[in-house]
Amino acid sequence: MKTWVYIDHFKGEPIPADWEALGVGKGFGAVTAVILGSGVDLVAQAAFEYGADEVLLADDPSLADYRAEPHAATLSALAGDAKPDLILMPTTTRTREIAAICAIDLGSGVITDVSAFELDGEKVVATRPIYEGNLSEKVTCAAKPQFITLRGRAFPRPLREEGRTGTLTRAAAKGDALTVVEGYTTSEGGVSLAAAAVVVSGGRGVSNNPALTPPAGMDERQAEAWRAQEGFKLVDQLASVLGGAVGASRAAVDAGYIPYAHQVGQTGKIVAPDLYIACGISGAVQHIVGIRSAKLVVAINKDPDAPIFKVARYGVAGDLFQILPALTEAFRTKLGK
Amino acid sequence: MKIIACIKQVPDSEAKITLRDGQVSWGDAPLVINPFDEYAVEGALQQKEAHGGTVTALCIGPESARDAIKHALAMGADDGILVSDAALETLDTQGAARVLAAAIGKLGGADLVVFGRQTLDAGTGLTPAQTARLLRWPLLSLSGAIKIDGDAIRVERVFEEGRMAVSAKLPAVLSVVQSIGEPRYPSFMGIRRASKAEIPVWSLADLGIPAPEPVVTRLGLVSPPAREANCEMITGSSPAEIAGTLVDRILAEKVL
Repeated sequence: MKTWVYIDHFKGEPIPADWEALGVGKGFGAVTAVILGSGVDLVAQAAFEYGADEVLLADDPSLADYRAEPHAATLSALAGDAKPDLILMPTTTRTREIAAICAIDLGSGVITDVSAFELDGEKVVATRPIYEGNLSEKVTCAAKPQFITLRGRAFPRPLREEGRTGTLTRAAAKGDALTVVEGYTTSEGGVSLAAAAVVVSGGRGVSNNPALTPPAGMDERQAEAWRAQEGFKLVDQLASVLGGAVGASRAAVDAGYIPYAHQVGQTGKIVAPDLYIACGISGAVQHIVGIRSAKLVVAINKDPDAPIFKVARYGVAGDLFQILPALTEAFRTKLGK
Repeated sequence: MKIIACIKQVPDSEAKITLRDGQVSWGDAPLVINPFDEYAVEGALQQKEAHGGTVTALCIGPESARDAIKHALAMGADDGILVSDAALETLDTQGAARVLAAAIGKLGGADLVVFGRQTLDAGTGLTPAQTARLLRWPLLSLSGAIKIDGDAIRVERVFEEGRMAVSAKLPAVLSVVQSIGEPRYPSFMGIRRASKAEIPVWSLADLGIPAPEPVVTRLGLVSPPAREANCEMITGSSPAEIAGTLVDRILAEKVL
């Protein structure tokens, strides 16, 4: 079976799920990694070290910014010539578009967000979530190449073998640009939520610290924002001791406590960390579906009847403003940091 | 400006979705306009308010999907089209995009086609890109801060690492994110107008296309494994004691 893995990256920075996809591809034999970009030799080197046997590299200034049309047109042209059976990708906002467009170009189909799959001959039988993870469906794609985007952290990451090399084949970029990228705002960065091994999230409850007195002169709105900021500082401190990312409930985002980029749940990001700590989050259905794949869920909430405790393994019914600093301190001591 | 908002009808997001006799069941919960598509309608109405023109709600679905179109009309859309055909029951995203592109063609094209970011049922988020490709129009996915000036459009696209400012020439296909603003509630006058509105129904024959052959097909459904629900509540005489016990429990799980 001819297997390709599309390596997604932002300006030369690959994502962990790329290597997970490469690991899955290796399970079927030799793998070709496809890399599109400008000045991305280091990405190609990393692909070899994570197991690619061949790298198909279109390195061209026209691919410096991610734009759906030229990236998809280039991949469609390459796949149209070489006719792979399967093209694996990590699931990102970019690969969703590329796979969608290539499937139209090549008369094929896409299966997104795949968390498990088996082979029936050369045909993939993939499991993916529907109804926001309340159910899963098993689907197949009748035409080739089968575009399969894999959910992050659903498959193991292969070990990196320093210095490993393979065959580098250079390919041409194809034009087709219909959009112009004028600039970037990437300040909302930090640890990527979807790729994080630990996520500590705050809800509306983080703004309710009764022990705090806002600085004089603030109106009610400003005081609430200030309280929320103070509360999220505690969430942030715990997350950084654990090397994790900061998440938030929709309620906290809607209240303006933290930018939308941090929202976990149905209308935000779906996360799959090893440890998820929910602080002051009641546990609305929308939030729960976003953390279904977390390995261990811990909840801290002052209301012992909060629905979040129904999905948590460990719970603390108490004052998060006292528990969180103590928890940060205890982790710091016991992890020797 | 001629704007088309593509919408879908899905079970209410509060519905308890279960597997019953191998089929998806949402109990007696109502079918509603896909919540993300309310943002599509809102985004379309904002552009109509800024630049004039019309908003048409376009929906593929069974007869019951008229209610989703009526919701869009009650919010302020000018008219709606339902594409309904027995041959469309097993439609994959490629097929849906072909039907939408044909319907947009039959409507005489548009300046702007607006989608929600994804549906709540299948949730693939592929249809906007596939429709754009079939129309050969620029794709502006996950857009906020939409600004149109003449035939130039500029948006801020959300992606994993942040946001990017992207511009293109109209006509274009857009999918919108929640930051464009909460969808407006249907007004009393809007609801009255929607209840009287005539919604044309187009069949595949009306569109002049054959039934799209599905490429991606469902073999079966599975319930995800139930989450272990027995929560152990950690107690203690002080925050430090509680925290100490909790950290020991977490470390003993060996997930870190």
